[in-house]
Amino acid sequence: MKSHLGNRIAQIVPTLLLVSILVFGLQQLMPGDPAVVLAGEERGDPRVLAQIRAELWLDRSLPLQYLHWIGNVLQGNLGMSWHIGQPVSQLILQKLPVTLQLGGMAFIVAVAIGVPAGVVAAVHRNGFWDYVANAIGLAGLSTPNFWLGIMLILLVSVNLGWLPPSGFVPPTEDWRQSLATTIMPAFVLGNAIAAILMRHTRSAMLTALDADYVRTARAKGLGEFRVIVWHALRNASMPIVTLGALELGTLLSGAVLTEQVFSIPGFGKAIVDAVFNRDYPVVQGVVLVTAFLYVVLNLLADILYVVVNPRLRSG
Amino acid sequence: MTALRTSSPRRLAMRRFLGRPVAVAGLIAIGLFVVVAALAPLLAPFDPIVTSWTAIRKAPSWAHWMGTDENGRDVLSRVVFGARASMMAGVVSVAIAAGIGVPAGLLAGFAGGWTDTLLSRAVDAMLACPFLILAIALAAFLGPNLTNAMIAIGVSTAPRFMRVARAATLDAASNDYVEAARAVGNPAWRVAVRHILPNIVPPVLVQGTLAIASAIIAEASLSFLGLGQQPPDPSWGSMLNAAQRFLTQAPWLAVFPGMAIFLCVLSFNLVGDGLRDALDPRQR
Repeated sequence: MKSHLGNRIAQIVPTLLLVSILVFGLQQLMPGDPAVVLAGEERGDPRVLAQIRAELWLDRSLPLQYLHWIGNVLQGNLGMSWHIGQPVSQLILQKLPVTLQLGGMAFIVAVAIGVPAGVVAAVHRNGFWDYVANAIGLAGLSTPNFWLGIMLILLVSVNLGWLPPSGFVPPTEDWRQSLATTIMPAFVLGNAIAAILMRHTRSAMLTALDADYVRTARAKGLGEFRVIVWHALRNASMPIVTLGALELGTLLSGAVLTEQVFSIPGFGKAIVDAVFNRDYPVVQGVVLVTAFLYVVLNLLADILYVVVNPRLRSG
Repeated sequence: MTALRTSSPRRLAMRRFLGRPVAVAGLIAIGLFVVVAALAPLLAPFDPIVTSWTAIRKAPSWAHWMGTDENGRDVLSRVVFGARASMMAGVVSVAIAAGIGVPAGLLAGFAGGWTDTLLSRAVDAMLACPFLILAIALAAFLGPNLTNAMIAIGVSTAPRFMRVARAATLDAASNDYVEAARAVGNPAWRVAVRHILPNIVPPVLVQGTLAIASAIIAEASLSFLGLGQQPPDPSWGSMLNAAQRFLTQAPWLAVFPGMAIFLCVLSFNLVGDGLRDALDPRQR
């Protein structure tokens, strides 16, 4: 187990290194000279431009610029926002809890819908409920979540008046209002993941239901519910955990659009606002932190996989 | 002779695909979307860009089947022309992704060693950045327009093709005919291109079809955020962006472009699923 985890941790180091090069490289795609953008009205003054270039190490070679940048990143310094003049890391720390709350709720919604639907589909393989679950899953995969969000606002907020159409209230302020403002976005965000989880669960359950231990459990006279949940689903849960973790990227991508539709001041909205304000350090910071989160969460899923899998645990 | 022809893998796959009515329905729907996109100037009842101040936000009627927008433009005509942006974004970005990913995957799988390690780690790094966030960042740095959105989506999708192509190459390279091709003295590039490449086409084709569906949603997403097709040119995503401001007064503005995206993406997903089942029945 230790060697497995050691290998996984060793693998993510080069991945994160390459991610940092990729994110640093984005800056090179930027049209024009960053110093000119930052100088504002003083862009005509060569001394101001030279001073900015020296401060940001823009007058050095690319490898040196990278080393300077990564050195700062490793100390938690992601640079300053060009638009609001606030440290990027501080901005991200403000926005991250909002997205994590939304993402966490969306994941609960996805599991609550996707896993039971996948189990039902597998148990009724090629039957009516299998087709229904597959059709709903395919529809979920084909629906752009921002459109689903707009349609739900139209139906639930505008026509029925049940939930607020937009905004966000932190749970520390008023947990009921917080739930009311996040339940619809969480459903929208969880929808696509639910469809993917449904497919993974169906596939893993089909394999589990064909296994000898399930036949043995049935032969022992156990009830069908117990066989499905206690024996098949328990074994199918491992691939579901691993494959589900890979969808965290879909969750983070979806958060950008969901936060935009529901005006939620999270991580996703921050990157979109930064794009329109040409606030490139924020764009870079968000991409870097998102990738880091994705890699770390996948590592946690791997650790969980080892913990729940006795064969790997003893190895 | 006939027996041989009927049992060829390609024919079997074709028969399996045609035996799935929903996949065939998806293919027909894609055909219709292609026709609509190609013949948009002939099919659209009005000019999609010309504004009319006397027809602002009119509900669907016989004159305007899908109503008019906030500038008095016919929504049906804009949905018809929007098909062009979406279909083009789907096909072009997937072509870019396959153009980068397939050769890289073929190289990694065939060459092995350091080449494989380096390319695989680079793919891991790109896959660590969530697809849409990477596409948004690329579109932001490149500048917001449809061409850059297609490049951003294509580059962000390329790692998925690389993974599929690499896995299929490793699988194909272990076959006897590849050993035989090497044994008779074929140079490595010839073995890769003539003997392995044709055998990795099926999984790449499945990936390609499903990737077009993702690319259409990605283009709509970028246009919705204002990073894709720029106004006044129509695109389903940018139409939805504008529709958000008039949800209470003109809900039809949000319904029709969204339905178009849903049906188009659903068609590609149906065909992709059908192809996967037909080409690899084990996954059914």
